Amino acid sequence: MTALLELKDVSRVYGGGPFARRQVAAVSGVSFSLQEARPEIFTVVGESGSGKTTLARMILGMVAPSSGEIRFQGTDLATIRGTAGRLAFMRKVQPIFQNPFEAFNPMKRVDRYLFATARRMADVSGEAAIAAAADTALRSVGLSLAEIRGRFPHQLSGGQLQRIAIARALISRPLLLVADEPVSMIDASLRASIVNLLRELRDNSGLAIIYITHDLATAYYVSDRIIIMRQGRVVESGQARAVLDDPQHPYSKLLKSSVLSPEVPTGASHA
Amino acid sequence: MSVLAVEGLRAWYRTGTFGVPRDVRAVDGVSLSVEAGEIYGLAGESSSGKTTLIKTIAAATQPPLEVMAGTITFAFPGGPIEMQRADRRALAAIRWRHLSYIMQGSMSVLNPVRRVRHAFVDFAFRHLGQPKPQFLETVRAHLQRLQLGPDVLDAFPHQLSGGMRQRVTIALATVCRPEFIIADEPTTALDVVVQKEVLAMIREIQRELGSSVLFVTHDMAVHANLADRLGIMYGGRLVEEGRTDQLFRTPRHPYTAHLIASLPRLGDTAPKAGLSGTPPNLADPPSGCRFHPRCPRATDLCRREVPPLEPMAAGHRVACFHPEPVA
Repeated sequence: MTALLELKDVSRVYGGGPFARRQVAAVSGVSFSLQEARPEIFTVVGESGSGKTTLARMILGMVAPSSGEIRFQGTDLATIRGTAGRLAFMRKVQPIFQNPFEAFNPMKRVDRYLFATARRMADVSGEAAIAAAADTALRSVGLSLAEIRGRFPHQLSGGQLQRIAIARALISRPLLLVADEPVSMIDASLRASIVNLLRELRDNSGLAIIYITHDLATAYYVSDRIIIMRQGRVVESGQARAVLDDPQHPYSKLLKSSVLSPEVPTGASHA
Repeated sequence: MSVLAVEGLRAWYRTGTFGVPRDVRAVDGVSLSVEAGEIYGLAGESSSGKTTLIKTIAAATQPPLEVMAGTITFAFPGGPIEMQRADRRALAAIRWRHLSYIMQGSMSVLNPVRRVRHAFVDFAFRHLGQPKPQFLETVRAHLQRLQLGPDVLDAFPHQLSGGMRQRVTIALATVCRPEFIIADEPTTALDVVVQKEVLAMIREIQRELGSSVLFVTHDMAVHANLADRLGIMYGGRLVEEGRTDQLFRTPRHPYTAHLIASLPRLGDTAPKAGLSGTPPNLADPPSGCRFHPRCPRATDLCRREVPPLEPMAAGHRVACFHPEPVA
C-alpha cells in the first residue's frame, strides 16, 4: 500500500528569533500515515494550545516543519518549488476552516469563489463548463448552483456557507481534506448535517479527511482513527472508538471525564 | 417569589438607511420569570434573539435597538425596579450590587493594561462601602473561595490563563453578593476540562449566595448539567419552557425535540439527522409560527397563526399547535 500522507517525527518550534527570549514547541515528534487505498476520517483532538492547528497548517504546506518530514504521495512537501508545483499540491489537499463567515469576503458573491477555483485549480475553461463544475461540487454537498447563484455570504446561513466552503474544496477533486474545527461555529440544528456530509464524502467519494476538533462527541461519531494531543505531543492514538471507550493515558481519561453528558439525572433539578 | 418578571417584551432593531425602514424583530413577545435562587437556562441558536433579550433585561439598549413594548421588573430588596423606566442613577445603583454579569470573553471585562486589582476597585469599591484596606481584604477572601491566590490581584490579565481569567470575572460578578447574575456564554471560549471546573464554580457560588442566574448558552449539554429550568428560543420567541429534566425527557416542541435528539453523545454512533432549511430572517419573519418552514408537523394553521405559549403540564409551557406526543 502506498501512503497518501506520511508524517515522520514532525516538530515545529516558534520563537527563538533575535527578539524572542523563549522558544515554544507547538508540535513535537508527531508521526502517522494515511493510506491511499483506505480513505478514512482521521481525527486530531486536543485543547487549545495543543498544537492541532499548527499540525494542520504544516500538512497544508502553509508552515514548514522545524524538523522531521511530511510526505504527500511520496513527495516531501519541503521540496515543492514554484507556482506550478504548489498548485499541483493544492489541487490534491484542500482546507476547510472553522468560521465560514470569516472564510468568505462579505462583499463578494459566493459563487465567484467556486468559479475562480474551477478556473484555477481544476483547469476548466468556458463559462458553461465552469458553471457545470461548480454545480457538480455543490450537488455533492446537497446544494445547487441555482440556489446560491449571485448570493452574498450574509444571505446564507452558517451551515449553508460551510457546505459551500466544502463544495469549493471539492472542485479540484482532492484526495485529502484538512478540516480545522469545521462545525464549532455552526448552529446546533445544522451541525449534524455537516458532520454527516463528512461521512458521506469518505464513503461515496473516497476522500481522506483530517478532522481537527476539541469535541469528543462528534469525534466519536465520525472518526475511524484518532490521536489525542497535548502540548504538541501525541499522548494516545488508535482506533477512535476503542480509544474513546477506554482511554489509557491519564490526560485522555481527564478529557473524557470532562465531556458534559447531555443526560439529565433522574429527579430533575440540581438543587 | 420571582426576582425577574418579563412581560410581553418586544425589542426590535430599527433602521432607516436611505429612507428604507427596516425592523429586525429580534425579540418579539417574550414573557418569562426567574425565581429566587434558581438557574434559568436560555437556549437557542445564533440569531434566535437570546443576546438581544439579555441586553434588554440589563437595560443596555442602544439605538438601533428599541424596546417596542413590554415590561421588565426586578424585585430587589430595595424595592422593585422597572428597567425601562429607571433613570441612570437608579440603574448605576443596582448594577454589580444587585444585578451583575459574567461575559463570554474575559478580556472584554478586564483592562489589558491595568492590574486585576483595578478592575475590582472600579466595579465593586463604591458598592461595598468599606475603607480600601478592608475592601481588598474582602476581595482576597472572595478570590480564595474561587481558588484564586491573592497574588492574582497584582497580575496583568495576560499573565493569567484563560480559565483563571474567567474565574476572575466570576469573582468580579459575585464579590458584591448580587441577587441576580446574567451569564452570557461564560464557558463557550474555554476548553472542556476548564469548562467543567468553571461550571462547578458558578454552581457552587450561586448556591452559597442564593442568587438567581440567567444562564445563556447554545450548548444543550451545559444546560443539562446546570440549569434548573430551561427556556428555548427560536426566531425571537420563546417556544418552550419547563424544568430541565421535563424538557430533556419529554420535549413537546418539534424544535426542542430535534435539538435534543441531534446532540452527539460519546458512545453513540447512530445516524443523526440535520434539520433542513435555514434559521428565519428576522427582518422578514415567516408568517404564523416562525418554525413552520422547517417543521415536519406544519399545517395551514401554523402558517396562518402564531401559536401561544401555553401550559402543557405543571410548569411546562409550549408554543405549538401540534406538540409532540408524550413519549
